[in-house]
Amino acid sequence: MPTDVNSGLATLSDQLILATVLLYVLAMIGYALDLGFGRARAAEPARELVPAGGGAVAEAGEVTTTDARTGGDGTGSAAGAGGTRPAWAARAGTLAVALSCVGWAANLGAIVTRGFAVGRWPWGNMYEFVVAICFAAVTAFLVMQARQPVRFLGAFVSVAAALGLGFAVRYLHVQAGPVVPALNSYWIAIHVTAAIFASGLFIVAGVSGILFLGRKDGPSRLPGRDDLERVAHRAIVIAFPIWTFAVIAGALWADKAWGRYWGWDPKEVWAFITWIAYAAYLHARATAGWRGRAAVIVQLIAFGCLLFNLVGVNIFLSGLHSYAQVP
Amino acid sequence: MTFTQEVRADPAGPAGLGPMGWLRWAWRLLTSMRTALILLFLFALASVPGSIYPQRSISPEKVAQYFKDSPGVARWLDRLGLFDVFTSPWFAATYLLLFLSLAGCVIPRAAAHLREVRRTPPAAPRNLSRLPQHASFEAPGATVESIAAQLRKKRFRTVTGPGWVSAEKGYLRETGNLLFHVALLALLVAVGAGGLYGYRGNVLLVEGNGFANTVAAYDRYIPGQNVSAESLEPFSFTLSDFQATYVATGDRRGQPLDFSAKLRVTDRPGARERPYDLRVNEPLDVNGTQTYLLGHGYAPTFKILDGKGQVAFEGPVPCLTADQVTYTSECVIKVPDAVPDQLGFLVRFLPTTVPAQDGSYVSVFPGAANPTAQVFAFSGDLGMKSGRPQSVYQLDTKNLKPLVMGLNTKPLAIGETLPLPGGAGSIQLTGVREWISLQIAYDPGRIPALIAAGLSVLGLVLSLTVRRRRVWARVKEGEGATEVEVGGLTRTEGGPGFAEEFSQIVTALRGPEAGDAASRQGVKDAH
Repeated sequence: MPTDVNSGLATLSDQLILATVLLYVLAMIGYALDLGFGRARAAEPARELVPAGGGAVAEAGEVTTTDARTGGDGTGSAAGAGGTRPAWAARAGTLAVALSCVGWAANLGAIVTRGFAVGRWPWGNMYEFVVAICFAAVTAFLVMQARQPVRFLGAFVSVAAALGLGFAVRYLHVQAGPVVPALNSYWIAIHVTAAIFASGLFIVAGVSGILFLGRKDGPSRLPGRDDLERVAHRAIVIAFPIWTFAVIAGALWADKAWGRYWGWDPKEVWAFITWIAYAAYLHARATAGWRGRAAVIVQLIAFGCLLFNLVGVNIFLSGLHSYAQVP
Repeated sequence: MTFTQEVRADPAGPAGLGPMGWLRWAWRLLTSMRTALILLFLFALASVPGSIYPQRSISPEKVAQYFKDSPGVARWLDRLGLFDVFTSPWFAATYLLLFLSLAGCVIPRAAAHLREVRRTPPAAPRNLSRLPQHASFEAPGATVESIAAQLRKKRFRTVTGPGWVSAEKGYLRETGNLLFHVALLALLVAVGAGGLYGYRGNVLLVEGNGFANTVAAYDRYIPGQNVSAESLEPFSFTLSDFQATYVATGDRRGQPLDFSAKLRVTDRPGARERPYDLRVNEPLDVNGTQTYLLGHGYAPTFKILDGKGQVAFEGPVPCLTADQVTYTSECVIKVPDAVPDQLGFLVRFLPTTVPAQDGSYVSVFPGAANPTAQVFAFSGDLGMKSGRPQSVYQLDTKNLKPLVMGLNTKPLAIGETLPLPGGAGSIQLTGVREWISLQIAYDPGRIPALIAAGLSVLGLVLSLTVRRRRVWARVKEGEGATEVEVGGLTRTEGGPGFAEEFSQIVTALRGPEAGDAASRQGVKDAH
C-alpha cells in the first residue's frame, strides 16, 4: 500500500469539492425558480413510461403515471399565481439540470482525484464517506429525473447535497492519507459502496417524505401527495435490497477482519435498526390503514435512523467503526 | 411480510369461547400484520440500549468501569440486563415472538401459494372491456390456440376454453416473498446453532512461542453450550516474527499501515509445517476454525539476578500498551524466586525514546527505533502465597519496599544492567520482542447464515420486482372477420409498467402485419 500522498491531486480534490458546492447551490436556485415561476405541470406532455429493460428493479414498485392528476394541480396553482408563466423560468429549470450535471461531474472528479491522491478507495474516513453519499444522492436524483417527471425534487436534493458537502468540508475534513490496516481490504469497495448508494437513494426518498408532510392540501407547485409517496416508495424499493446487501457484505467483512460476522457493534446495531425500520415501512405500506401519512412517518423514522447511523454513531458512540477519523 | 390480507383481531377478545377459542384468538392476534409491525418496532427499539451502554460481550472492561464510576446505577442497569442486551430474556422474547408471528404468517401463506401455483388461471371474465387494460382488434386467422401459443411464448401460464384464453404469470413474486421470510427464519436458526456449537477464545502469543489449540492454552475461552473440549480442531502454530509498519513522516506519523505475523502452522499432529502470513483482513483458516490477528504490543526481555547472584528470572514480559499513539507500554515483573527477598518490578517501556525538556523520557513513535525501559523496583513479600488471585499485569506495592524509582533517571537501553541498591540483585534489558493477541473462533453457523442471508436477498429482489399479472383474450368469429378482445389485470399495486407490457402483448397478438399502428384506443390507465 502506498504511503505517500500526491498532494497536488489532494489539493485539486479539495478545490473540486468547493466548486461542487457552488454548482449545487446555483442548481438549487435554478430549480427553485423553475418550481416557483415555471410552467404549470399540465403543459408537460404525459410521459410514456420507458419499459425498464435493463433495470427490472426500477420497474418494481409503482411508476408515476398520474400526470393527469398532477397536471390538474399544476394548472390550479398556475391560475392562482396569475396565469402567466415566463419562459425564462422553464429555461432556469433546464439550466439547473445542466448545472447539476456539471456539479455531479465535479463531485465525481473530487472523489476520483482523492482516490488517486491516496492510492486507495476514497471512502476511508467520514469526510470521504459524506462526500460520496452526497454524490450518490445527486446521482439517484439525476437518474430518476431522466426517467420520470421528478424535477421538483431538484431544489431539495441539491440543497441537501450542498449542505452535506458544506458540513463535510467544514467539520469533517481531514488531510488525504492512508488508512489503518483494518480498512485495507477489498471489502471496502463492496461494503461501503453499497452503503453509499443505498444511502443516496434513501436520501431522495427522505426528501420526498419531508415534502409529503410539508405539502398542504389544495393547489400547490408540488406534485400531489400520492406522487410524492410513490417517488419515495420507488426509491426505497430499489434501496432496500442494496442496503440489505451492504449489511451482509459488512458481516462478511467483519468475519474476515474481526473474527465474527455479527457482534452488535454500535454501527452494526444501528444498521440493523435502520434495516428493521425500512422493512417496517414496506410492511406498513402493504397494510391498509398505514398508507399515506402513517407510512411516510415510518419512512422518516427509518431515515432518521439511517442518518444517525451514518454520522451520529461515529461521533457519539465508540465502537469498532470509530476509526473512521472524525476530526 | 408484504402481506396484504390482514387478520382483524378483536382486541376485546371473544367472551366465553373456552380455552381453544382463546388460543385461536391469541394466535390470530400474534400473527396479524399489525402485531408483526409492532414487534418489528419493538425489536429495533430493544436493540438501542445495546449501542448506548457498554456490553459485556464486547467490552467487559468498560462495564467494569461503569460499575466503578456509578455503582448504584450500574446495579440497576445490570438487573435490567442492559449490559447484556443481546442475550437478555426480554430481547430474546421480542425476537422469538416476532419470528413466531412470522412463522404463523409464512406457513399458511406457503400452503396457499402452493395451491395457487398448482391451480390453472381463472376463466375469462364476461366483460373484458371493464378491466383496467383492454384492447380489441381484427385479426384474421386468429384462433384460441394461436393466441395461447403466443402468450406461452411470453412465458405466461395459459388455459383455454371455448372462445377464450386465460393466462397468468408472475408467481415468482409470492415465491420470493416466502423465500425471503423463510430465509430470515433459517438465518435465526443458523445464528443460534453457531452459538450452541461454536466457541471462541483469545490468546496472547510472544514472538518465538507457540500455541496448540486446546482449552488449556487459551487466556480466555468461551465455548458454546454443546462444545466439548475434545472437539477443538487439533492444530498448532508458532509465531516466528511479527512486523508492524507505520507512517514515518508527516502529520499522520505513527499511524499503523500494516501488521504481519509470520506463523509456522501445523494443521494436525504429524502434518507438515507450513508458513502462513497472518494479517488483519486475512485470518488463518484450519478446517473452519479461524485465527484472527487482533492486536499487538511489546514484550521486552529481561534477565534478573537476585541478591545471591543467581538468575531469578529470564525471558520476555508482555506489556500492556498504555498509549496507542506512541506505544508507551507498562509491564509488571514478579520474581517470587528471588532470595533473600522477593522482587517486583514496574517497567515503563518506551519503543522510541527521546529525552523531554523537563528531564523525563518519552516515546515519540510506535516502532521500536530506540527502545528503553524505565525501571521501578520493589522488594518484599509479593503476597503470592496468600491464595488470593492476582493479575499478572498488576503489582500491589502497598507492602513492598521501593528500591529504585526511575522516572527521571536515564532508562535502560538494550544490554544495559541496573544494579539494585543494597545488594538486592540486578536487572538487565536483554532485548525486545513483540506479542500479538489472537482470537480463535469456530462458528459452524457462519456458512449456513451466509447462505440464508443470500437467499433472503434473492427473495427480497424477486418479491419487490416481479409483478403478478393476468391476461385474457376472447376470440369472436364474425362475418368474414375475426375479432379479438384482450383484457389485462395486474394484481400488484400500481403498474404503468404493465400498461406498456400489455400494449406489447397486444401488438404481438395482432401479428406483424398490423405494424405499429397503435391499437391503444381501448387502453385505459392502470390507476
